[in-house]
Amino acid sequence: MTEMEIVKFFAGLFILIGAFLSLVTAFGLIRLPDVYTRNHAASKSATMGVMLVLLGTFIYFWFIEHHFNSRLLLGVLFIFLTSPVAGHLIARAAYNSGVKLSDRTVQDDLAKARKKMKAEEHLK
Amino acid sequence: MWISITFISLAMIGLIYRVIKGPTVADRVVALDAIGISLVSVVALVSVFLETSAFLDIILLIGILAFIGTVAFSKFLEKGEIMEYDRNGDR
Repeated sequence: MTEMEIVKFFAGLFILIGAFLSLVTAFGLIRLPDVYTRNHAASKSATMGVMLVLLGTFIYFWFIEHHFNSRLLLGVLFIFLTSPVAGHLIARAAYNSGVKLSDRTVQDDLAKARKKMKAEEHLK
Repeated sequence: MWISITFISLAMIGLIYRVIKGPTVADRVVALDAIGISLVSVVALVSVFLETSAFLDIILLIGILAFIGTVAFSKFLEKGEIMEYDRNGDR
């Protein structure tokens, strides 16, 4: 096994795991019951999948084509930074615009905390 | 390689199903964000297939556009408008 084959194997492995994680994202978005659980599925596994695909592409271009592409690393960093922020924003917007939780949810801490805050404001 | 692009295409078809069906608007926004993110990996795979690095700038562009779109949609959902002209912020 030469060096080239080892590098190709690892690039292909990273890309394959990333594609599999994208498929896991789609399954989560289809099967899970409400917005918040779907948001959890999308923001975690999609981020990880894209980061692995970009890492595999980076390794491929670096070792096979001898071309160190810094934009791929920048893309990995950017997606790593912005995807959780986007997920949090969507979840907050959904909660504030009154999307109901699913029937099987057992705990809603934010509603309790908000009720408590409102009661304290009322006392003042 | 073909297996991975098949996986991502199947994932995008599933996400499009969620965009069309999604019971609330927030579902559709989540699915659109996930579609934007998987489009990034499709671009990376296509540039590996064609053995060119010309498409790799587009990755950053699509990532930034998906993020801005998601932020704008969530602000629209929360406040009902995207740009606010009221600088005091008392609404």
